[in-house]
Amino acid sequence: MATQHSRSAARLMMAPAVVLLLGWMLVPLTMTLYFSFKKYLPMRGDSLANGLDWVGFANYARFVTSSSFWPSVYATLVIVGGVLVITLILGIFLALLLDQPMWGQGVVRILVIAPFFAMPTVSALVWKNMFMDPVNGFFAHVWRGVGAEPIEWLSQASLPSLILIVSWQWLPFATLILLTAFQSLDQEQLEAAEMDGARWPQRFVFIVLPHLSRAITVVLLIQTIFLLSIFAEIFVTTQGSFGTKTLTYLIYQRVLESQNVGLGSAGGVYAIILANIVAIFLMRIVGKNLDA
Amino acid sequence: MFLKNALRAAVALSLTAAGSAHAETITIATVNNGDMIRMQGYTNDFTAKTGHEVEWVTLEENVLRQRVTTDISTKGGQFDIMTIGMYETPIWGANGWLVPLNDLSAEYDVDDILPAMRGGLSHDGTLYAAPFYGESSMIMYRTDLMEKAGLEMPAAPTWEFIREAAAAMDDPESDTNGVCLRGKAGWGEGGAFITVTANSFGARWFDEDWRAQFDQPEWKAALTFFVNLMNDYGPQGYATNGFNENLSLFQQGKCGMWIDATVAASFVTNPDDSTVADKVGFALAPDNGLGKRSNWLWAWALAIPAGTQKEAAAKQFIEWATSKGYIELVAANEGWANVPPGARTSLYENPEYQAVPFAQMTLDSINAADPNNPTVKPVPYVGIQFVAIPEFAGIATEVSQEFSAVYAGQQTVEEALAKAQALTTDAMEAAGY
Amino acid sequence: MARAVTARQKTINSIAAWAVGLLIFFPILWIIVMSFKTEGDAIKAPLEVLTAPWTLENYGVVQERSDYSRHFVNSVILAFGSTLLGLLIAVPAAWAMAFVPSKRTKDILLWMLSTKMLPAVGVLYPIYLLFIQLGLLDSRAGLVVVLMLINLPIIVWMLYTYFKEIPGEILEAARMDGATLHEEILYVLTPMAIPGMASTVLLNVILAWNEAFWTLNLTAAKAAPLTAFIASYSSPEGLFYAKLSAASTMAIAPILIMGWFSQKQLVRGLTFGAVK
Repeated sequence: MATQHSRSAARLMMAPAVVLLLGWMLVPLTMTLYFSFKKYLPMRGDSLANGLDWVGFANYARFVTSSSFWPSVYATLVIVGGVLVITLILGIFLALLLDQPMWGQGVVRILVIAPFFAMPTVSALVWKNMFMDPVNGFFAHVWRGVGAEPIEWLSQASLPSLILIVSWQWLPFATLILLTAFQSLDQEQLEAAEMDGARWPQRFVFIVLPHLSRAITVVLLIQTIFLLSIFAEIFVTTQGSFGTKTLTYLIYQRVLESQNVGLGSAGGVYAIILANIVAIFLMRIVGKNLDA
Repeated sequence: MFLKNALRAAVALSLTAAGSAHAETITIATVNNGDMIRMQGYTNDFTAKTGHEVEWVTLEENVLRQRVTTDISTKGGQFDIMTIGMYETPIWGANGWLVPLNDLSAEYDVDDILPAMRGGLSHDGTLYAAPFYGESSMIMYRTDLMEKAGLEMPAAPTWEFIREAAAAMDDPESDTNGVCLRGKAGWGEGGAFITVTANSFGARWFDEDWRAQFDQPEWKAALTFFVNLMNDYGPQGYATNGFNENLSLFQQGKCGMWIDATVAASFVTNPDDSTVADKVGFALAPDNGLGKRSNWLWAWALAIPAGTQKEAAAKQFIEWATSKGYIELVAANEGWANVPPGARTSLYENPEYQAVPFAQMTLDSINAADPNNPTVKPVPYVGIQFVAIPEFAGIATEVSQEFSAVYAGQQTVEEALAKAQALTTDAMEAAGY
Repeated sequence: MARAVTARQKTINSIAAWAVGLLIFFPILWIIVMSFKTEGDAIKAPLEVLTAPWTLENYGVVQERSDYSRHFVNSVILAFGSTLLGLLIAVPAAWAMAFVPSKRTKDILLWMLSTKMLPAVGVLYPIYLLFIQLGLLDSRAGLVVVLMLINLPIIVWMLYTYFKEIPGEILEAARMDGATLHEEILYVLTPMAIPGMASTVLLNVILAWNEAFWTLNLTAAKAAPLTAFIASYSSPEGLFYAKLSAASTMAIAPILIMGWFSQKQLVRGLTFGAVK
């Protein structure tokens, strides 16, 4: 169907997007790779203009042998995994609920998707100060109100607290996507199954879940991409203490706090590798589920 | 609003076009502390005097550091004036990144700047940043609770006395904690506090050969003392308390004692914000009988990045903002207690300022700080609550995170010190020591 | 959707949904409430906060202290500018992928998405140095381009999935009638794709509006959007809940209101091809 002519036209139309993204990927990537093999301590007067010393793989070795490295990989995976699980499970229930007929459906939907509109810095600040603060926070007041000792959220339950904050931000997104999927669910098929005596859990597992699989994949893919690089939430709340130092945050510490650009760049390369491993893994699933 | 701004822009534009070659717009990066926000309110006074307009970039401390450090180390040139501290100034000055402030006007009277501040903001005798306000740390305590406990605060107490007083004042019933201290991770937060505490216990960050010293008994003694003191008589959740959290606790009457920045004195004695404004006493930071007090030295200062096109206007601003005239301006409008403290000798010689209850103690605390000899043993570095080397901020933040984990009960003092020793050694190696 | 349910069931659904909705919305509601209280009242127990007198003083203080309108205008320009620029580049690409698919289409699409995984903190120095060279620091133009590039993969993907749902036969028919490529896009494709484009624009405006790393690090005074405005209210000295609440409300209100009006569009359009 597609002629030679339309093929080359198509290539031409794709060119700007592809070239731009290629540049956006390659230019920083090349520079990051270059820095990662150099001693680049800006505070010590190293600069591109003066030339940088080649240090081979020293930065790479130092980055992974640091005592912070494996804990940071762990924190990254726990946060990403935790948020994905919570947003998916709650998202399905929420979507199911919102799909039912009700009074004021439009308003309820707005209430549910509102957190998605709040900037990450704002939601992190709000949660940290107005809710999780062990003295003046909302939770502390409630806890004291019922005679309990307030929880020190961000130190005693740092990872769960972060997961809570981030999940709150991303739950609306998951819900929205799953909701659109629910809306296209074939009701007749469900009713037929009901006639055949299938109970609700059976209907859910055998009809609803398969129907949702593509939506779930999309949620997984998009959220993983965004979650791997969350930064503002950690920067605002714990600054990486109490075991919340993710790989992204560790790189931030190396580049900006320690002012060791070479070391941080090596970390950046590791992060890209990790992201791509996750990506390939995800895309295998997506590739199957999303027939292009 | 739009119209007003557009109008203002148009007026500014036509003014520049009219050929007033001196009128410039300078961009200033600053921290969102109370004194700086007050300064922004007086920008009009500067503009009226010099014709220069000011664009403020006001950021929270951590964001500000990240922002100005990136900009200066890449020579980004986004700011004509940066608000930096005593830690950054000598390092950046040594790198040639700052414009030397050695030609300030006679009227400005640079010799009036407190010697401790001038020394800390200089490199090789050249001043690189002018102090907007300076601080040390001291004890602020509740006179009423002290009296109730039957104790009297000495002018220069020891840590042992602090512990004793904390025990006496601590009263969970009335929600009063014996003592509130910083435990929050970050080199400028809990990191600064534990460093000065350790100084008074004779500990040091590095020995003369730049070897990390966390494996030494002094550190263990200091950290153990701090953790026990806070676990017994400190507020719940002190592992995340920094300056601001403690300020709020103290103002709400929830602390018997608070050892922190001298600038806090004006906040805790301000009846608008503080419920205990008339019941606060001051004393020098404690020592441990080794001849070193646990007080630091800090200044928020204004510096000009080398390479700015607007150096002259920027200098004019610095001369305005850190002048005696500015202090008088604030005093006239908001009272002497609210002027930026700790920068000028003349302020402390002013009889009106001497009447401010915390003035003398602030000056004494500043004078008791010696950045060249911060602790008992000799050290290769300059700085009291910090080590003036570029790597320090990164190292100390990580070290203080390990300590905060101790405060939160997640690891022992020994574990934290071992990790601190390892990561400091590693980072110093990476930096080529 | 249109299922017959009893009134009782509908009532139960409504109560459950409203309860959950209010629970999720509560943090935002709470900062709106706090923004109208004094600093002293804002740290009190929740019930006392509610009954404390209402005041507008925080908004006055915030307005006096920082130039909200300038930050707001910058946010609008950055969010819409980057989205529209992205649309301009993405529409042809997505069109080509949807109507002239090849073996590699899916690979290209997924590769595009993978560029979003570059950790921003790791490439701050390279980008900052680049921006210095290009003189783009603190310029809206530079940020529009960066935000566009960050969101371009999402825009392409969303558009691609919408375009793919447009039946090819219609285009064939148009072509038979002698429509040029230009006309085909303008008169046939665009009207059919408008709903999809609308939700693409919406989502990307939200993402760009909320982007807080590059907008903070690549700006100073001139191009700084609302994310920088917020950074001057987080944890200053003294009590700050009420002022922070007011600043936060001002920062998220515009996008919240926009979302309010376009909620239907978002609910319908956010499929990412997940629905057949």
